[in-house]
Amino acid sequence: MIPELGHFALILALCMAVIQSFFPIAGAARGNVAWMSLARPAARAQLVFLLIAFGALAHAFLVNDFSVVYVARNSNSLLPMIYRISAVWGAHEGSLLLWVVILGLWTVAVTIFSEPLPEQFVARVLGVMGLISTGFLLFMLLTSNPFLRDAFPPADGADLNPLLQDPGLIIHPPMLYTGYVGFSVAFGFAIAALLGGRLDMAWARWSRPWTVMAWVFLTIGIALGSWWAYYELGWGGWWFWDPVENASFMPWLTGTALIHSLAATEKRGVFKNWTVLLAICAFSLSLLGTFMVRSGVLTSVHAFANDPARGIFILILLGIVIGGSLILYAWRAPGTLISSSYGLFSREMFLLVNSTLLTVAMGAVLLGTIYPLIIETLGGKVSVGAPYFNSVFIPLMAPLVIVLGIGAWSRWKADEWNRLWQHLRFAVFGSIIIGILLAAMLSGPGALRTALGVALACWIILSTTTLFYSRMHSGPDLIKTLKTQPRGFYGMCLAHIGFAVTIIGLVVTSNYSTDLHKRMKPGDKAELAGYTFELAEIRTIPGPNYQATEALFRISRSGKHVTELHTQKRTYSVRGMPMTEAGIGPGLTRDLYVSLGEPLGDGDWSVRLYYKPFVRWLWLGALLMASGGLLAVTDRRYRQVRLQATDPQEVIDGGAAIKS
Amino acid sequence: MNAKRRKVLLTVIFIVAGMGIATALALKAFQQNLLYFYSPAQVAKGEAPGNRPFRIGGLVLAGSVVRDPQSLAVRFVLTDTLKQITVEYDGILPDLFREGQGIVANGQLRPDGTFAATEVLAKHDENYMPKEVADALKAAGVKMPYRTHDTAP
Repeated sequence: MIPELGHFALILALCMAVIQSFFPIAGAARGNVAWMSLARPAARAQLVFLLIAFGALAHAFLVNDFSVVYVARNSNSLLPMIYRISAVWGAHEGSLLLWVVILGLWTVAVTIFSEPLPEQFVARVLGVMGLISTGFLLFMLLTSNPFLRDAFPPADGADLNPLLQDPGLIIHPPMLYTGYVGFSVAFGFAIAALLGGRLDMAWARWSRPWTVMAWVFLTIGIALGSWWAYYELGWGGWWFWDPVENASFMPWLTGTALIHSLAATEKRGVFKNWTVLLAICAFSLSLLGTFMVRSGVLTSVHAFANDPARGIFILILLGIVIGGSLILYAWRAPGTLISSSYGLFSREMFLLVNSTLLTVAMGAVLLGTIYPLIIETLGGKVSVGAPYFNSVFIPLMAPLVIVLGIGAWSRWKADEWNRLWQHLRFAVFGSIIIGILLAAMLSGPGALRTALGVALACWIILSTTTLFYSRMHSGPDLIKTLKTQPRGFYGMCLAHIGFAVTIIGLVVTSNYSTDLHKRMKPGDKAELAGYTFELAEIRTIPGPNYQATEALFRISRSGKHVTELHTQKRTYSVRGMPMTEAGIGPGLTRDLYVSLGEPLGDGDWSVRLYYKPFVRWLWLGALLMASGGLLAVTDRRYRQVRLQATDPQEVIDGGAAIKS
Repeated sequence: MNAKRRKVLLTVIFIVAGMGIATALALKAFQQNLLYFYSPAQVAKGEAPGNRPFRIGGLVLAGSVVRDPQSLAVRFVLTDTLKQITVEYDGILPDLFREGQGIVANGQLRPDGTFAATEVLAKHDENYMPKEVADALKAAGVKMPYRTHDTAP
């Protein structure tokens, strides 16, 4: 009964989505206020129905209703309660339901926080979001209904994929989806602006907090995914340039370009068409990500479905969204990219250079990701190795970092070398000296690369801190200056420092991680990076839905005890699938990592031992970036939308106040 | 040439140069890092390159896994049911490596005809076949005992 209720709620949600998309857009075109005013109630009603559907599916998981096919395939009566909830989005159908629920939440958030915006504009934004929701709901109901029943239900379920039975996987998909779907708001704003022909600074100001918020979620989602891969896959890797990772990374790169381009559009009214194009791209890449991950064209843990009908449906959806919005863009976007209102040497120019670099980097990732798919449709089989991505991506990041430091210091409109050099020379010399010192001190094949990478990171840190310092001392009263600085400024500093922290983690851990794959039995010792790993004992312990062999490692350094690590090899009874649980000793400057390989006979096991310096900095930096974004979203000026939006002079003054 | 024109020109030059450099970088890296997939039958026919790495996939032949008693070295036979190839690997095999399982290996062909693997991959689902292996087996005329269109058992 309850699953049918959920199915019915889903159909009602589709009806609401159709109302939410048709009437407001048509009303906005014809100036029909009554039609436009349907947008908000329809969006809210849609969310209510979506939540009912989601609740119904969660209920089916909680009560082990194996007559529902989706539940039977992805749960089991022995599955712990918490994983029964996360199993709701553990596979294709449920993760799509999560996708539309999150879209519904974003839409309702727009209905709440858009009060000060013009009615016509809001109607168009909500209408566009309704169209997206309509597409996805149709997709679910026609090809991937999570509420389908089996007339002959199995006695017990097939269990959730053991890889997904992990706390990290409870929050990784919702975070990532919230980021993906969040770009639909930026997309909706862009399309609404194109439809209405109103592409101005006010538009950029409205769009900006939403875009940054989506970017924050996406940043956290990607970091969580990387962290999960690190401890769950058992090889100590944190990024594989896997197509599925790329699928989330491409919208992130474009989103990063977009939030910077939006800054220029908001403050100076430049690059409007570039910004709109980036907004369209960011959401299109989110859709492409969904398509690649969900359609089964990629084979990985994430590819749940291999049903060609689904792939074709998503492909058509993708074609309509991308094709339609690009046609609209070609038709309505303003004509000039180059405006004379800024000089060659200005913050605008540096922002443009950086967003171009980010877009080119995205293009390189896109090429490497979809090339194998294109070749496959032509009958060949090929894969693009990780070295491709490293050798293209990293050279593009170096100029990005250099321009970042200059750009943050430079003035809008026009600036001079001399002034910038006065301010930046400390950071320039500081980072060069640190680089040279590191190159002299470090040894090993990665010394030069590490020195270069850390010097670039120091360049960001030094240029940001000197900027922060000089801004703090721009007024006579420090406390007052601290208070009057916009939160957007603090957010920028924090996010840029976070980027530097990530670079340091990435460079050091890539060049100085060491590992040892060894055959060991209880009592054996191994040396790695100055640490002694002793395999103390191996024992068998039962879990709720698995059997585990656990190895206990005692780790010491020059005779002194450091830590004990437990690593398990689990066999999940229902699927008969083995899984490795790594044992990790985390630390700010190094992780010690052990994972159990396979039994080799005679009580011997193969084990992997890793020493991973600064690996935590990767995720720490991502968290700092996300916090910076969050801080920027809370900036006061976004809360005074109406006042400033209706008074262009105020907008310009607001921009002038930011200048140093 | 007025200032605006110059700016347009410089911006265009910058974008074109940037794109050009990026494209050159990408294509060069591309050339070096494309890994083609071959089945054991294709390798037997001599289609696989001898001087660069490629991917090979098939089923691990039952009873063919031989481990070195001292180290982690392992040797096994990979088959697409038409032809066989011996694979040697020194390292830890993935959790889902077992006899009869479909796997993919990255590596290079040795002059003696064995395949020196640098990486062995198995899919994280007990009845899931790597797509490349499934296609190779289909090409060899094998009726699939595995479901490839659905991950559910």
